[in-house]
Amino acid sequence: MAMKYLPLVMSALLRKKTRTLFTLLSLAAAFLLLGLLQAVNVLFEGGADFLGASRLITQARTSFTQPLPMRMLPQIESIPGVSRVNHSQFFGGQYQDERQTPPQFVVNPQRLFDTYPEWVLPIEQRRAFISTQDGAIAGRRLADRFGWKIGDIIPLNSFIWTKGDGTRAWQWRLVGIFDGRDQEWAERAQIMYLNYAQFDEGRAPGARGLAGVFVVRVDDPLQSDAVAAAIDERFDNSPDETKTQNEQEFQLGFVRQLGDIGFIMNAISGAVFFTILIMTGFTMSQAVRERIPELAVLKCLGFGDRLVLLLVLAEALLLCTLGATIGMVLASFITGNLPPEFPPLVPDRRVWLFSAVAVLVLSAAVGLPPALRAMRLRIVDALAGR
Amino acid sequence: MSAARQIREIVWMNLQSIPQRWAASLVVAIGIAGVVAVLVAMLSMAAGLERTLSSTGQLDRAVILRSGSNAELSSFLARDATTLIKQDPSVARGVDGLPLASAELIVITEVPRIGQRSGANVSLRGVQPEGFVMRPEVRVTEGRRFRPGLRELMVGRGAQRQFDGLAVGQSLSFRGSDWLIVGVFETGGDSHESELWADAEAVQSAFNRTGFSSVLMQLRQADAFDAMKARLTSDPQLTVDVERERDYFSSQSETLTFLIGLLTNIIAAIMAFGALFGALNTMYSAVSARTAEIGTLRALGFGAAPVVASVMSEAIILATAGGLLGALLAYVLFNGYSVSTLGSGFTQVAFNFAVTPWLVTQGLLWALGIGFLGGLLPALRAARMPVTAALRG
Repeated sequence: MAMKYLPLVMSALLRKKTRTLFTLLSLAAAFLLLGLLQAVNVLFEGGADFLGASRLITQARTSFTQPLPMRMLPQIESIPGVSRVNHSQFFGGQYQDERQTPPQFVVNPQRLFDTYPEWVLPIEQRRAFISTQDGAIAGRRLADRFGWKIGDIIPLNSFIWTKGDGTRAWQWRLVGIFDGRDQEWAERAQIMYLNYAQFDEGRAPGARGLAGVFVVRVDDPLQSDAVAAAIDERFDNSPDETKTQNEQEFQLGFVRQLGDIGFIMNAISGAVFFTILIMTGFTMSQAVRERIPELAVLKCLGFGDRLVLLLVLAEALLLCTLGATIGMVLASFITGNLPPEFPPLVPDRRVWLFSAVAVLVLSAAVGLPPALRAMRLRIVDALAGR
Repeated sequence: MSAARQIREIVWMNLQSIPQRWAASLVVAIGIAGVVAVLVAMLSMAAGLERTLSSTGQLDRAVILRSGSNAELSSFLARDATTLIKQDPSVARGVDGLPLASAELIVITEVPRIGQRSGANVSLRGVQPEGFVMRPEVRVTEGRRFRPGLRELMVGRGAQRQFDGLAVGQSLSFRGSDWLIVGVFETGGDSHESELWADAEAVQSAFNRTGFSSVLMQLRQADAFDAMKARLTSDPQLTVDVERERDYFSSQSETLTFLIGLLTNIIAAIMAFGALFGALNTMYSAVSARTAEIGTLRALGFGAAPVVASVMSEAIILATAGGLLGALLAYVLFNGYSVSTLGSGFTQVAFNFAVTPWLVTQGLLWALGIGFLGGLLPALRAARMPVTAALRG
């Protein structure tokens, strides 16, 4: 039913092709920017929903850069509600050049798959990781990116950890490539795990025996807050006070370090939106003003007031939707082709939803005034050019 | 009439008619104001950060780190090494005859940002008493210095503004004890103002450290640096890197300022692109509204050049007005606005936005560029209109 008016709306838009094209381009630019900014925003507000609450991270209260001692592992594991504990130390290795720093974590291979059952690794590769002193395993995504094969020696230059001899070049033997158990975890398989054995033996003697942070898997996710509190209480008033939070909070805290990015992104988005509103609004009202005689003819032909209103609104909606779609597709294309050193920006459902709402608000704001004007048009006056 | 006179007359007439077309004119001005406001605001953020980071450090002071570590945080110097470094003949001596050098220890502590629960990384710098003698720029603006040996803290002014619970008299608790905040200090707006300072020995004992991160030394003369560097780096008892303090801090800021600059330009370019087409649209419609007028002028004998000039001057004047409005907005909203972000060494650096005349100029240049491009095509169209067709409207 509504489709039969589409040619009419289209012909209104195609009446002045240059103007429509320019408006589309300026809308596309605005939505490209909105898409990119909101993708950054989503990154900061946390996209790690799927991590769940079954895992906690215990770090030193002063800072996660302050490694906790290894002796705390059995102490944490003995706390009721804790099912399994691993330790994890950020390695900070650069591969090939300074810009390539895929995240690497030094862990106890025997405990890794108890704390992260989401990773899938064939049993013989798992055994090889446990029994190889300088062993390392990489996520499928990461291995594909660098073309690594099992058996490769991977040199990593750690910007944090110096070896006993003062050098920073470490060599790791790739003994396994792991997958995620589902789509989300497959996306995350861009990290590397290194065997603690070579790491602890190789580093400067003063630093040996330090674990990093602890990854704690709890029996019952509903009890995770209570378990976290119990862990922190256990180490209260000791030199190694802890801060335990669920994995998602921990990762969010990491990005929030960058500061109030959300405010800046939203402020720019607001400015972009306002600017585009003013400019498109003006163009729309201009377009309707020029067509007043034509609208009067439509009314003569029997188009009701409400229908004319809807036609003008549909025109605004179509224009904004087209512009926004071009912009968002461009934004998806750009974020999909970012160089590897950029954070993973994804204009996901939330960003598309944000754009859709923006399109609705925008078309209402720019379309309503001229649409109302068109609706209230009196045929005699309009045809007489009054 | 001469061409120059024609141009003058037609431009003046056109400008006088702008108020009659105020809605269209306003649209161009607002569109460009939006671009310039965002551009200037973001540039002023980059400028503020750069000002804070690059003003840190002096040429006649040197920082000594363990060889191969690119920041104080990943550096480790044992106590015997720091003693050896301080005895270098190029190190100035204080009134008491002791070397003017401070072995310092950097650790990271988490302090919540104002209004947030999760902690942000803040540098805690353990300073030896000489550290104050060597840094005359340190001014205690509230309270007093910490007493050596006690768990007392001084907080930088920037840190105090950004983070929660850093008022004098409050205390922070970490590593099993309470640290009383006894003073607030300023260092002329450099990055030390984002730090917490305490006595080096107190930090060592609390964090179970025996060594230090770096040694800061005052040179007898700035040009004694090269000889000292050669001596220390060739000393078989030491494995160290030696840098002038100024160079060390500016190398720490390079990546961050580059990244912010890049982002600013990308955002501004996309916005300018959008505004350009908006301006084109409005200028085209301004020309089409004046079709009959332009036809009349041409019939009266005005050339094509004056018509182009009149349209272009309108676009440029509106763009300039928009540019000024945008820069003013950015200045009013953001000049002096204080924020903090993750700096080098994975700790927070607090800084203020700085809207400088040069940034305003840059914003105006962008505005003029958009105005010029947005006016050019419509101006050419106006000039090419056949007189007879134009007269008919």
